[in-house]
Amino acid sequence: MQEYFLLFIGAMFVNNIVLAQYLGNCPFIGTSKETSVAVGMGGAVVFVAVMAAAITWLVQEFVLAPFGLGFLQTLAFILVIASLVQFVEMFLKKMVPPLYKSLGIFLPLITTNCAVMGIALICQREEFGFFKTIMFSLASGLGFMLALVLLAGIRERLSVRRLPIAMRGTPIGLIMAGLMSLAFFAFQGMI
Amino acid sequence: MILTSGLTLFGIGLLAAAILGIASKLLFVKEDPRIALIEDNLPGANCGGCGFPGCSGAAAAIVAGKAPASVCIVADGEAIAVIAAIMGQEVIEREPELAVRDCTGGQRAEDLFHYEGAMDCRAAHQLYGGSKSCPEGCLGLGTCVRVCPFGAIHMGPEGLPVIDPARCKACGNCVDACPRGVIGISGMSARLLHLNQTTDCLAPCRQRCPAQINIPRYIEQIKAGDYDGAVMTIKERNPLLVTCGRVCPRPCETVCRRQHVDTSVGINMLKRFVADRELHSGSRLPVPCATDTGRRVAVIGGGPAGLSCAYFLRRLGHSPTIFDAMPKLGGQTRYGIPEYRLPKADLDWEIQGILDLGIEAKVNTKFGRDFTIESLKDEGYEAVFIGIGAWQASGMYAEGEDLDGVMGGIEFLTAHALGQKPETGDKVIVVGGGNTAIDAARTCVRLGAEVTLMYRRTRAEMPADDEEIVGAEDEGVKFKFLAAPARVIGDENGRATHLEYYEMELGEPDESGRRRPVKKEGSEQSMEATLIIPAIGQKPDLGCLYDDSEAGTCPLETTKWQTIVADPDTFQTAIPGVFTAGDVYTGPDLVISAIGDGRKAARSIHYYISQGDIPVPETTQKGMIPYTLFKEIDHVERAKRAVLPHLCHGDDRNCTFNEVEGPLNEEQAQAEADRCLRCGLVCYDRDEALTAEERDIASDA
Repeated sequence: MQEYFLLFIGAMFVNNIVLAQYLGNCPFIGTSKETSVAVGMGGAVVFVAVMAAAITWLVQEFVLAPFGLGFLQTLAFILVIASLVQFVEMFLKKMVPPLYKSLGIFLPLITTNCAVMGIALICQREEFGFFKTIMFSLASGLGFMLALVLLAGIRERLSVRRLPIAMRGTPIGLIMAGLMSLAFFAFQGMI
Repeated sequence: MILTSGLTLFGIGLLAAAILGIASKLLFVKEDPRIALIEDNLPGANCGGCGFPGCSGAAAAIVAGKAPASVCIVADGEAIAVIAAIMGQEVIEREPELAVRDCTGGQRAEDLFHYEGAMDCRAAHQLYGGSKSCPEGCLGLGTCVRVCPFGAIHMGPEGLPVIDPARCKACGNCVDACPRGVIGISGMSARLLHLNQTTDCLAPCRQRCPAQINIPRYIEQIKAGDYDGAVMTIKERNPLLVTCGRVCPRPCETVCRRQHVDTSVGINMLKRFVADRELHSGSRLPVPCATDTGRRVAVIGGGPAGLSCAYFLRRLGHSPTIFDAMPKLGGQTRYGIPEYRLPKADLDWEIQGILDLGIEAKVNTKFGRDFTIESLKDEGYEAVFIGIGAWQASGMYAEGEDLDGVMGGIEFLTAHALGQKPETGDKVIVVGGGNTAIDAARTCVRLGAEVTLMYRRTRAEMPADDEEIVGAEDEGVKFKFLAAPARVIGDENGRATHLEYYEMELGEPDESGRRRPVKKEGSEQSMEATLIIPAIGQKPDLGCLYDDSEAGTCPLETTKWQTIVADPDTFQTAIPGVFTAGDVYTGPDLVISAIGDGRKAARSIHYYISQGDIPVPETTQKGMIPYTLFKEIDHVERAKRAVLPHLCHGDDRNCTFNEVEGPLNEEQAQAEADRCLRCGLVCYDRDEALTAEERDIASDA
């Protein structure tokens, strides 16, 4: 039980997928201008990351590994995740229209989100079992959401402050992300 | 190995495709094909200006009926027409709108802060060198600049946003972002319909003006030499600017902050300057009107209230028809104000300009005799406005006042204006102290009579304008103060020959705040008179409202002052669709009040016929806003107020009806406009810049 707890804390804070692993920077900067948008994007990433990690684990375990095709991992995972996102979009549109509407433009955006891909690949690199994969991907998704919402909160405040023109928008966002990253390094001593 | 790899990837791909293929069959959601069609015709900017997340969201909203075909603020007219055709709708041209900033203040305000958290003015001031203390004004943070997707806003040199009309698409992002509501989206109709709100930036003069004219704006335009712009600013609230430039008693000037330095700005002189400039220019400035709605409204009464109501209804796109019992339009401005104050030719020119907008006028048509409210509704008029004025003179309540040779003030002025040449004889007594009494007295002087004006209080209590009293004195009108009529004495032919009067003395103040005159017993004296003109007051003649039955019932509720009862916010009477304003609603009042209320009634009529209910915002300004009425005006140099030039003197003035006062010249007007302090709510322009030390003291206060 402790192992799972440490895995969860480690994935969420210590090895945060954005602030420590530097994955998913594009949507991190792109969707962190407003807190409400950040929450929507974060929720979508959590949902898709867990689904993707679970299915890619099955693909790796039952297709790629038995045939010695580990080198096809990246290609196969891209194919699987892209298809999965499409499927999830169709499924939600038909079965859960309110959730589909609330996720809106973020679902297709996740197709090109390297954080989702990264989570799936890390699970394989660390040779997690199925339940650990689920736990890790959930924690990583939540870590992404946490970082996104925190940055959105900061950027909302910054938007009503006077800044030099050259620093407005993405530059100050990147600087804030860097400072947050430094702050998150303080979690390194936890585990 | 290559074959295996290829087959594996192909297999995974095939499986994914198969699953997606089956899923798409099972999970297919039927979508309206019009959404895709509409999306193809939207510009694809995904700016969010429409309020939907991207163009596909906007397309879905159009198909769902949640947004109009014109929802896209970037799409041109052609694209909107195509989208409307897809939806089977007709395209109606939208009135152009722009973002407008309603704050001219900034660094000028004295720093009177009330700390209300990190985002308030004080914090802004300390962080950024001081925006202002105004509770409604711009903070100068530039949030609106950042949210504008079209780059149409930038911060000007005074720390206030400046809007580029060429780029503004009226998307409203700046309005949503502004924490102070300083920016609004406004088109012509919205501006005409807007009532002063307590959240607007209202200089005291603008608060006090019954017509809600944006006075600071037109003075600023005069200062900048934009005289046509000033005329159009006034015409947004007042179609009778030539008239008001001559006869308005200027309530705005009574609250002008400049009076705490020297004397009020000559606001009305400036109005007259630009109005006369248009009058004598040989052409009229074009007045825009909204697209025709085809809705007909009957306006009963062609006085200032009726003309104003019809003018604003026409500008809002409706088709008003004015019905007037007199031979010409103008009401009391024509028949109650003498030629020497308001030349009839100028009034004709002004009224013709209003009618030229497309307003039909039916004169010599009396309400209650030639038509009724029911007959108007039968003819297809969707609303009725009653602005029949106050044409009945109040009596003196003195014995013998029904004798020949006694004629009410308004009746005398009307008879004279109609060219009926009322007989004055050589000794006229006018009883009263208001403007009508003075007008009657000065008219009689011009007709060759020796005139005595009898008033029961002293000169200081006279309600007439001081300039009018001085003018009467200059023209030789004799004043008999502290005297009240007791009885009219007539000869054997039933004609008045003398007026017996009491001498009075002032007692305790009455409800009007003026000391109540009390008669001295046994002080009766008599004065010879060939004509006695009681000009004590006026009241509406509501006979036209009563039906022909024996009981003579009236469908409208009336007061004991013979005025019509209506909702004070909407001007709607007890009969839905019937509105009123002007003297018939308020009792005898100012021309400018009738004009202002005429516009408010037009606003109500517009809402009544277009949407049924009449919205009145809770923040609508009713009285003066107390914190704007401070009296400490620092760092302003004294400057002399302009004086209107006299156009005629001596006999030419006393024997003719030529206009007495003329307009300022351009140099005088510029100097007078320069006296304006350009006030906001709590700010005003100073002549001297504050020293650093004074600024520190001000910010510590």
